[in-house]
Amino acid sequence: MSIKNIQQDIIEEFSMFDDWEERYQYMIDLGKSLPLIDEKFKTEDHLIKGCQSRVWVNAELKDDKVLFTADSDAIITKGIIAILIRVFSNQNPKDIIEADTEFIDEIGLKEHLSPTRANGLVSMIKQLKMYAIAYQTQLS
Amino acid sequence: MALDIQDIRKDFPILSRKVNDKPLVYFDNAATSQTPQQVIDCIVDYYSSYNANIHRGVHKLSQEATDKYEQARHTIQKHFNAKHAFEIIMTSGTTHGINLVANGFSAFLKSGDEIIVSALEHHSNIVPWQMLCERTGAILKVIPMNNEGELVIEQFENLLTDKTKLVFVNHISNALGTINPIEHIIQKAHEVGAAVLVDGAQACPHIQVDVQALDVDFYVASAHKMCGPTGVGMLYGKETWLNKLPPYQGGGEMIAEVTFEKTTYADLPHKFEAGTPNICGGIAFGAAVDYLNQIGLENIEAYEHELLVYATEKLLEIEGLKIYGTSKHKTSVISFNLEGIHPYDVGTILDKMGIAVRTGHHCAQPIMDYFKIPGTVRASFAFYNTKDEIDLLVSGVKKAKMMLS
Repeated sequence: MSIKNIQQDIIEEFSMFDDWEERYQYMIDLGKSLPLIDEKFKTEDHLIKGCQSRVWVNAELKDDKVLFTADSDAIITKGIIAILIRVFSNQNPKDIIEADTEFIDEIGLKEHLSPTRANGLVSMIKQLKMYAIAYQTQLS
Repeated sequence: MALDIQDIRKDFPILSRKVNDKPLVYFDNAATSQTPQQVIDCIVDYYSSYNANIHRGVHKLSQEATDKYEQARHTIQKHFNAKHAFEIIMTSGTTHGINLVANGFSAFLKSGDEIIVSALEHHSNIVPWQMLCERTGAILKVIPMNNEGELVIEQFENLLTDKTKLVFVNHISNALGTINPIEHIIQKAHEVGAAVLVDGAQACPHIQVDVQALDVDFYVASAHKMCGPTGVGMLYGKETWLNKLPPYQGGGEMIAEVTFEKTTYADLPHKFEAGTPNICGGIAFGAAVDYLNQIGLENIEAYEHELLVYATEKLLEIEGLKIYGTSKHKTSVISFNLEGIHPYDVGTILDKMGIAVRTGHHCAQPIMDYFKIPGTVRASFAFYNTKDEIDLLVSGVKKAKMMLS
C-alpha cells in the first residue's frame, strides 16, 4: 500500500473516536503492540535524545524497501512511533523521502510533533528520512 | 490569618481560562508563577504613561521612570532586609546573578582553591562553577544527598578546608522542594573564611528571607517565580563583597569616567548594571513584591503547607505512586512517579485534562541519576491553588494510571 493510502486509513480509523480519551487509549494500545526493536539495537548509536522520552530507531534495506523498527521508554511516544512506522516502513526510499506528515494534524496529534515537545519524534522523522536518503544513494 | 483564596484567585486573570476545554489547573508554579492583575496593570501603566530611559534624562518622563525604578529597588531591599538599597543589583534573573558572582570570583581564585556546591542543584547552578573551575584551576566539591533528598550536612563539614573559597547552595531544591539548612551552612562556611552564595529562586515565593539575619554573602532570586515578569531578578551582595568584585559587563550606566586611557567604574549598584536595564520589569518586580507582602508570606507559607500535606496524603493513597523528596522540611513541591510508567506519559494525560505539571529531569539530572529514574512528574503549588484542584490532580493521576498500565 502506498504511504498516502496508509495515511488515509489511519485518518479514517481516528475519525471513529469521539474524544481524546479514546484517541489516546488507542495510541497507548498501539504503543503496547509495537514490535520491539531488537535489544541489540537499543544502543547509544540508535538513540535519538529527546530530552523527555528516549527513542531508538533501526533501519534495514530489504528487497529495495526500508524496514524500520523502533522503541521508546514512554508509551504515548511509542504509540506515535507505531503510527509512523506503519506509514514509513516497508516503503521505497524515494517515497519515504517525498512523504509528508500532515496526516498527524488531521488525527489530532499535532502537538506531539512540535519541536518544543522534546519527545524525540521530530528528530525521529528526520532520522527516518536520513536513512531513506542513505539507502536511496546506495540504490542509485 | 486565613486567606480568602477565592478572592485571591480573582487577581489572576489566567486562572479562569480553559485548557483543552477544561478549567486550567496550574501546578507548574516552581517553573514560573502566574501574574496578578496588579502587576499586569503596573506593566501597562509603565508603557502607557512614563516609558523612558532612566538615570540620565533631564526630562520629566525619565525622572518619573528613574524614581519608580529606584523605588522598586527600595521595595526589594526592604523585603529582603538588605542593609542598603545599593546592595540590591537588578539582574535579568537568578542565572544572571550566579554568573555575575562566578565571573567575579575568577579574580580571587587560584589553582587548588576549592568551591563547594550541593548535589541538589539546578543545571544553571552547576555549569557556571564548572566553567569557573576550568578557568582558574579551582576544584569543585559536591555536598552529597540522602534518600530523603536532603543534603548530608556532616559530609559538608568534612569538605570544608582552609582552601574553600566559596560555597554555593540553593535555599530550596527546585526538583524536590527540600529546604536546605542554609543558616548552618553559612555559619560553617564563614568559620573557614569562605563566602556563601545562595540561590533563592525557589524560596522567595514561599518564605520570608532576611539576608542580614542569614548573614549570607550573596543571595539571588527571579521575579517571575514571585508573581512578577520574566527577564528580571536581583542579586543581593554584602557591600564589602560587591566593592571587591570586578564588574561583569562593560557598557553604559556602569562607568563614572571614560577616557581611552582608563575608565573608572560607577558606584554600587550601577557598577554591575551595564546598559539599559529591564526598566519596566524592575518596576513590576517591585509591584510583585508589594503584592506578595499584601497577602503576607507567613500566610502564604502556612496555606501552602496545608496544600502540601493534603496533596501528599491524597497522592500516596494511589497504589504504586512514589514521591521523591520526602524531607520534613520542604515547600509545596511534589515530585513523583507511577510505578512502571514514564513521567512524560503521565504529564501528557494530565495536560489533556487541563492540568499543568512539569515532567522530566527539571534541569537537575544529578538528582535523577541518584534515584536512577529518567525524571519525575512535578506538581508545585502556589497560594492561589486550592484543595479542589488537588482533587482534580489526584483523579487525573488515577485516570493516567488506568490508561497507561
